[in-house]
Amino acid sequence: MTSERNTDIEIRLLIEAIYLKYSYDFRNYSGASIKRRILHALRQFDCRTVSALQERVLHDPGMFMQLLQFLTIPVSEMFRDPGHFLALRQEVVPLLRTWPSIKIWIAGCSTGEEVYSMAILLREEGLLERTILYATDINPHSLERAKQGIYSMQSMHGYEENYRKAGGRRDFNEYYTAAYGNAIMDSSLRDNVTFADHSLATDSVFSETQLVSCRNVLIYFNKDLQDRALGLFHESLCHRGFLLLGSKESVDFSAYSDRFEALVKPERIFRKS
Amino acid sequence: MNGVDAVVIGASAGGVAALFKVLGGLPQGFAIPVLCVLHLPDDRHSQLAEVLQRKIGRPVREALDKATIEPGLIYVAGPGYHLSVEGDLSLSLSQEAPVHFSRPAIDFLFTSAADAYRAGLLGVLLTGANEDGAQGLAYIKQCGGRTVVQDPEDAQVALMPEAALALHSPDHILSLSGIGQLLATLEDRAC
Repeated sequence: MTSERNTDIEIRLLIEAIYLKYSYDFRNYSGASIKRRILHALRQFDCRTVSALQERVLHDPGMFMQLLQFLTIPVSEMFRDPGHFLALRQEVVPLLRTWPSIKIWIAGCSTGEEVYSMAILLREEGLLERTILYATDINPHSLERAKQGIYSMQSMHGYEENYRKAGGRRDFNEYYTAAYGNAIMDSSLRDNVTFADHSLATDSVFSETQLVSCRNVLIYFNKDLQDRALGLFHESLCHRGFLLLGSKESVDFSAYSDRFEALVKPERIFRKS
Repeated sequence: MNGVDAVVIGASAGGVAALFKVLGGLPQGFAIPVLCVLHLPDDRHSQLAEVLQRKIGRPVREALDKATIEPGLIYVAGPGYHLSVEGDLSLSLSQEAPVHFSRPAIDFLFTSAADAYRAGLLGVLLTGANEDGAQGLAYIKQCGGRTVVQDPEDAQVALMPEAALALHSPDHILSLSGIGQLLATLEDRAC
């Protein structure tokens, strides 16, 4: 029982050390998941205690970069929850069209699957040319992979079905070139995408937007940090702008519950009220 | 038996019928929250909460991210997300990789709930064709909580209870009706 208590103390100290040394702020992440990820990293790095891991992380920035890959969760797929993208196409695009130029922020874009999904949808709706997309994440490795836009062919086959269910109108393989078991995304999809390092925990708003998509990111935050992130989105969004969340996320338990209204509630599409 | 602040239950193959039996006989005033992970196909729309509520006649909710755990409610994990208990006794969801091919994973619920409730937790592992839950149950015991394993002879699929018994000695090895009776006699430590 003492050793479990020690582990909890050590985890708090490690998170504090990371913040002080590297300015990455995990202090308001959901505790259960971050604990699992740190203990998982501990085994991978062959450290006996979290304190031992802390010593290595503190004195070796390369080690911190490796740990960061465990602390962030690069789980993503294209057109995840096809019904969400179908609703986006049917309910949001007609309204989005009314703005002469469009800015979209994809917050926590991870390895880019969500960005390419959005770009494909906008191209098919004839909106990509007049849209600027900001794709942000805290993990530089994920951002680099998002920029490259290379995914395994195996995963692309699963995405193809998502794409069709999401109302896709063309052959999905028109959007990539297959080579050596990988799919290389059509680079013109990211002509209007700016990839940037941005933290919802420590950074502020950088642009006015018409739409913010932040899916399966808020679940890793505690209530305080969720409120901070929703505050940033609220500030960034223009009058009647759109907020897209993950399938199990909502504004209901937040301080912003009455400042967004549901447009398509089951698909987690909200609108600034 | 000392008071219990929360009950966690894990099950896989044969789990729905087992849950009906275990939770069907709870007394009217039973106020201890019950959290369940049942392995489900990775489909967004699960009817488990509605089905369970209708069958046992008690309020059942699908677990929502950041919801505060309330007395008298039974929570079930939805498909596609892991379910955890946070230190402030709220729920959280996450999408880490599946454990033992399962998301939600029983181990994640059990481990996080043990951290949150310590000695006030009762863990119950039922029928299943998978080793998920065995480590989590042992961890509950390690943190001072109580553990119950369904008697493998009574289980529709014995692999899950057997995996748990191979890792630690639980406080009770019982049939489904025995587990139901045990739950019905629990005292709520908070009262």
